Amino acid sequence: MPDLLTNLNELSGGLFIIAAFGIVAARQMRGCMIFFIFQSFFLAASAFIMGIITSSDHLMIVGGINILTKVIFLPWLLSRLVPRKIATKREIVQVINIPTSLIIALLLTITAYFLTVPWLKAAPGADALHINVPIGLAGLLLGAYTLSVRREAVPQLLGLLSMENGAFFAGVAIAPNLPLMLELALAFDILIITFIAGILTRTVHERIGTTAVGTLSTLREEPRK
Amino acid sequence: MILLILLAIPLGAALVSVITRNDKTASTVTLLGSLFVFALSARAVLTVISSGNHSLTAIPHWVVLDSLGALILILVAFVSVTASLFSTGYMNFKKNGGTRRYHTNFNLFIFSMLLIPLIQEPNVVWISVELTTLFSVLLVGFENTHEALEAAWKYVVLTLMGAAVALLGFLVLYWAAHTAGVENYTWAGLAAGAPNMSPVLLKGAFILILVGFGAKVGLVPLHTWLPDAHSQAPTPVCALLSGVETTVILYVLLRLIPVVTAVPSIHAGTWFVVFGLISTGTAAFLLLRVSDYKRLFAFSTVEHMGIILTAAGIGGASAHLGGVLQMVGHAVTKSFCFYAAGSVLLLTGTRDISSVHGLIRKSPWAGTALLTGGLAIAGAPPFALFLSEFSIIRSGMHPGDYLAAGLLILFITIAFFAIMNHVSRMVFGTGTEKPAAAYGKLPVSVKITLIGAVIPIILFGLYIPEPLHNLIKLASAAIGG
Repeated sequence: MPDLLTNLNELSGGLFIIAAFGIVAARQMRGCMIFFIFQSFFLAASAFIMGIITSSDHLMIVGGINILTKVIFLPWLLSRLVPRKIATKREIVQVINIPTSLIIALLLTITAYFLTVPWLKAAPGADALHINVPIGLAGLLLGAYTLSVRREAVPQLLGLLSMENGAFFAGVAIAPNLPLMLELALAFDILIITFIAGILTRTVHERIGTTAVGTLSTLREEPRK
Repeated sequence: MILLILLAIPLGAALVSVITRNDKTASTVTLLGSLFVFALSARAVLTVISSGNHSLTAIPHWVVLDSLGALILILVAFVSVTASLFSTGYMNFKKNGGTRRYHTNFNLFIFSMLLIPLIQEPNVVWISVELTTLFSVLLVGFENTHEALEAAWKYVVLTLMGAAVALLGFLVLYWAAHTAGVENYTWAGLAAGAPNMSPVLLKGAFILILVGFGAKVGLVPLHTWLPDAHSQAPTPVCALLSGVETTVILYVLLRLIPVVTAVPSIHAGTWFVVFGLISTGTAAFLLLRVSDYKRLFAFSTVEHMGIILTAAGIGGASAHLGGVLQMVGHAVTKSFCFYAAGSVLLLTGTRDISSVHGLIRKSPWAGTALLTGGLAIAGAPPFALFLSEFSIIRSGMHPGDYLAAGLLILFITIAFFAIMNHVSRMVFGTGTEKPAAAYGKLPVSVKITLIGAVIPIILFGLYIPEPLHNLIKLASAAIGG
């Protein structure tokens, strides 16, 4: 039974990182959103599995909260806040094209793996650490990469949230006993982020007529024309 | 108990600002609330100084005020008094509506900043830091112009990105503490258990937190949002952001010093010095070419954060004392600089340095304030920042730190000339511009704020009151050395 669970955790880890690649590669905002939902789902799956392995109720509730907020509520909120026209639009302008992006994403994943090797040596523990910590760090780096190459507001936001997903993916294996209060607060936090960023996206769209925030570059040191 | 009341006041003021239908009520409640918070903080600080173990406990292991926290608390409380006083005149003057919404966010923002020095549990501190971003972002975008929204967006994205990196850092820190069998996951517990922790994990956590919160402190290369957000926000908010918010986040990094110095193989000091010098140097050169006077003061914040971090990295009792003094000096001086800049903005309606000339003749108030602020923030002799910068450099005068001290002297000098060049041109320069009659008058509350905020700047250079002096000594001892 524990072997099966460990294998399942490995599977959700693999699918988690594939979803992170999906967020890097998706051309449409909607595609990004779907990959993000998958990623959050696999995060929850890992939390459930770890909950069973370590028989920790905390992690079960964390998984549950994660499903509620990121898989159900957040997509619903974003679909209400972001106009349909923007959600299905293809991103034409990209800083780095997609094949190159995927290669960079691969390199980041390998880097994440090598960075965490000394950590895992220093603190031997459950098998799941060997899956969750490297993949979590990779998720964090891929999210940061998405954030820096995307030009549209919502994919940038999803990159940001997938960074938090990555941190939590490592977190469920590292700290199964974190007091629940923190997890609740963190979930709450994510809602506020979406809320505020949703408002900002709309305001930016209304005021400037585009959500391509990458073109916002009037504030800099060069003399104005 | 006093600490919990202190936290409840800004929440109550925020609630009143939501409910009330009158703009006047919102601003009065905010001002009164911040005065109460300041009075209570002063009392809490005195209790901390006089008590035996130099701490004040509200909820054991969770809400505890110690000497370093007390120093930050009193700085936040002081600047929120002057900022809310400045707001009353500034917001009426601008008549741009949404005053109640502004005060709600303003109080919540102050609440989140008061929370950080009081909380002892590192993960809750992380949440509080996240809250400062969430509550201040709407204030940054408050003016609702193209530039303000651009600044707000950059602010959200970069600082939350840093927060996510720091989150992993805090989880790894928990991992290190957990593996080493640390029972109390608090700052004190971490410092006590640090020698047993795995150096590799602790180093990983330290670097992730330094990079993550470094983004929020405005350390180069993740500083790009800072001049935008700190220049586009309404002036009282700039004073809070630049004067105390950066200091509050830096305080979290300083909290790690007792933990990481227990494990010499991390070389935490070197990391601090390198990050600090890069930030100070970059800011010094960027100061030469700014064209917007609010951005001038924003870049000077990056410079000062770099100096404080360098001081923390040099280490030893005198460097920490200088660093803590620099934090105090920076908080009071930078907030005053923004009030001066805000007064100039009210009078001239432009942020452009080259279109402001001869302020001293047209408005002696704004001109004198800007000149005083410029001299004080650049580190001219009679002011507090001169003392602290001097003592930091002097503490770096021993083998091993000559390079750091030398570079620091160079960068501080460049920054001094850059700031004074811009400020003196604005205050004394001549040029063709609007006739003097077009200049309006400053509201009374703005003048009162300028007088109130200038007192500590002049005072601290000459004489530091006894309780504050003790507090600074205790706080620097808490960091180390």
